[in-house]
Amino acid sequence: MNRRLYLPVAGLAIGGLVLAGCSGGDSDGGSSGDSSGGGGGAMAEGCEAYADYGTFDGESVEIYGTQVDEEADRLVESWQEFSDCTGITVDWIGNQEFETQMNVRVEAGDPPDLAIFPQPGLAARFISGGSVVPAPESVEANVDEFWTESWKEYGTVDGTFYAAPLMASVKGWIWYSPTEFAEKGYEVPETWDDMMALTAQMADDGADNAQYRPWCIGFESGEATGWPGTDWIEDIVLRQQGAETYDAWVAGDVKFSDPEIVEAFDTFGEIALNADYVNGGIGGPETIASTAFGDAGLPILDGNCSLHHQASFYEGFWPEGTTVAEDGDIWAFITPKVNADDPDAVTGGGEFITAFNDNPATVAFQTFLSSDTWANIRVGLGGVISANQGLDPANASSALGTAAIELLQSEDTLFKFDGADLMPAEVGSASFWTGITDWVQGTKTTEEVTAFIDGTWPSS
Amino acid sequence: MTSLAGVAQGALRMEGFWTEQSPKLGFAAIAIVVFLAVMGLVMFLADNAPRKGRDVVQLLLFVLPAMLLLAAGMIWPALSTMWQSVTSKAGEFVGLDNFVTIFTDPTGQVVLRNTLLWVVFVPTISTVVGLAYALFIDRAKGERILKSLVFMPMAISFVGASIIWGFMYTYRSEGFPQIGLLNQILVWIGLSPYQFVETPPWNTFFLLVVMAWIQTGFAMVVLSAAIKGVPAEIVEAAELDGASAWQRFKNVTLPWIRGSLVVVVTTITISTLKVFDIVRTMTGGQYNTSVVANEMYTRAFRLGQPEIGAALAVVLFILVLPIVIYNIRVLRQHKETH
Repeated sequence: MNRRLYLPVAGLAIGGLVLAGCSGGDSDGGSSGDSSGGGGGAMAEGCEAYADYGTFDGESVEIYGTQVDEEADRLVESWQEFSDCTGITVDWIGNQEFETQMNVRVEAGDPPDLAIFPQPGLAARFISGGSVVPAPESVEANVDEFWTESWKEYGTVDGTFYAAPLMASVKGWIWYSPTEFAEKGYEVPETWDDMMALTAQMADDGADNAQYRPWCIGFESGEATGWPGTDWIEDIVLRQQGAETYDAWVAGDVKFSDPEIVEAFDTFGEIALNADYVNGGIGGPETIASTAFGDAGLPILDGNCSLHHQASFYEGFWPEGTTVAEDGDIWAFITPKVNADDPDAVTGGGEFITAFNDNPATVAFQTFLSSDTWANIRVGLGGVISANQGLDPANASSALGTAAIELLQSEDTLFKFDGADLMPAEVGSASFWTGITDWVQGTKTTEEVTAFIDGTWPSS
Repeated sequence: MTSLAGVAQGALRMEGFWTEQSPKLGFAAIAIVVFLAVMGLVMFLADNAPRKGRDVVQLLLFVLPAMLLLAAGMIWPALSTMWQSVTSKAGEFVGLDNFVTIFTDPTGQVVLRNTLLWVVFVPTISTVVGLAYALFIDRAKGERILKSLVFMPMAISFVGASIIWGFMYTYRSEGFPQIGLLNQILVWIGLSPYQFVETPPWNTFFLLVVMAWIQTGFAMVVLSAAIKGVPAEIVEAAELDGASAWQRFKNVTLPWIRGSLVVVVTTITISTLKVFDIVRTMTGGQYNTSVVANEMYTRAFRLGQPEIGAALAVVLFILVLPIVIYNIRVLRQHKETH
């Protein structure tokens, strides 16, 4: 190679490096939420509902959350009209590494304008960190109007209201076959004792089918094996001991080995450890741990069991062609209360939204998201429900969703968050799961398992 | 009509594809140009180095990039993992506390015991079975087919093999129709079905059989090749001297294939120490089956205890290290003697 050629080549190399450095920065964010706003000015036609939010010129709001794919598309669609009418461009960023990424962005002093937290505990951690601004008056007014007191409390830290609730989900459904109930003259039980009596009757009636057991239970879920069992315990603790003990238990003030929680294990054991009551079509209690949670309820369709405890998402697990309706093949009732005059109590989950600044555009969008208008639009698009009181239950995409909304909206319903989600990870996503798995497997007694879980509760 | 519309739509989509992809292609082209330019620059500098010490400069210029990448991608993370293993979650130095936790915690002890069981049994089973098989099929009719049968599991990923064996082990209570092959066999011969995966302590053995099943093929192929390398004259001479088959194997074949044997055993031992996929797929570490690598992942990424995870990684590193050193030494001796 000619020596004279070297210099230009070297120059090219340096130039190329500079070029490469530049081109890294302008990569497209890929957010699907860009909407070409009206650009302010007069309100367009059909925008009467949005008149109160005002119009903005070229403002944009960045909102961060865990939703991706279809869920994210529906979210973006739900505020399209708002965006068109007010001129606020909404930039949606969905990321399943939400928790880590939020930490990074807050640490770097570059938080999004708004963030949707998948559960209140995580939101509370960021609020304690000091980067979240209190909810503006307009948002608080909406929450006072459209949500029950307990929902507002989940978004309140040290007496200041920060996080408005958005979507919700309901756990603790017991799936059954209405056809079978009608055929055999069973009735949906009102209390826990009724349910146990029904279970005993079912066991008697099904005695001639060697594979039949009243209940179907399955815990297997890969590394999360055991979580369906924790849902059982949570439902029982809430119903037997009430909200206060439940909260104290979740906070670690009531220990697993305390009599209140041991009683819940024993109550669950009357079903789960009884070889006459579980596990339809598969075997005895020792098969619970190895039965995949997704398949666990299906023996109801073969007539090998009659009852299955699982959250509302299980609706999607029934094979195609199964009618999920009150008079169809499959339907569900909420885990019954202990005494007939106890309040309705349910466990579940919910999302909360917090703001990291109080720019007028952020406030306007935040206010919109806490309104009944948005709840109705979003639920109408399908797949989710909300506890917003202004929501028309008929907007839900399924009959079960409608039932869940009615339950959530009822003033008498005591709603509590999934306890395992709120406990420290060492317990809520580890020892509680493995503990209850060992317990149904028969390798640990109630005494041993509760002591074991207590031992893993972090000391700090 | 509809098909035409479909074609048009497809074309549109293709166009969308290209508008989306072209910036990426452009970026790739820039990257290639930059790479070539940097290489040109390096060569230019290397070639123009002062005559004195040119060799050193050239050596450095070519080794440095690889060294830098190794340092950034391996040495630095390794050092930071070691540092993390002696600090608390808050980053304060705590000495060997995390290691004490691992060795005193009941779960930790089970994990170490299981890892030991894996390391003792997987290499032993796969090497012994692989060696025996290689000996018996040596020069047999249809050797190739017999070999590929045992080698085939090597082509299956650990996760795939775990799922397959999971089906084999599936349990249904007595009196219910069995769907797992092994339990069906137990029922056929009049025994009660058994929970292979869920019953400690034997479940660890049923898990490690999966790995032995895969590794046997590897042992068999390597050892078979080594056996073929044993000179026929020596075997013949031993035969003439009246050595029995066992004596021939013990005194001729075995010493000859010792090098390969060591490679097989150490390679399998190292991969066994690092085993993760099988445990995670079959039990997720439940039922007292966890091993060091699985526990490391669980602690660091699921339980938010990165310092314990780091300590486990260091334990794993210390366990693997002597085997690697031994492996290298034997290979070196082997080179010298042959």
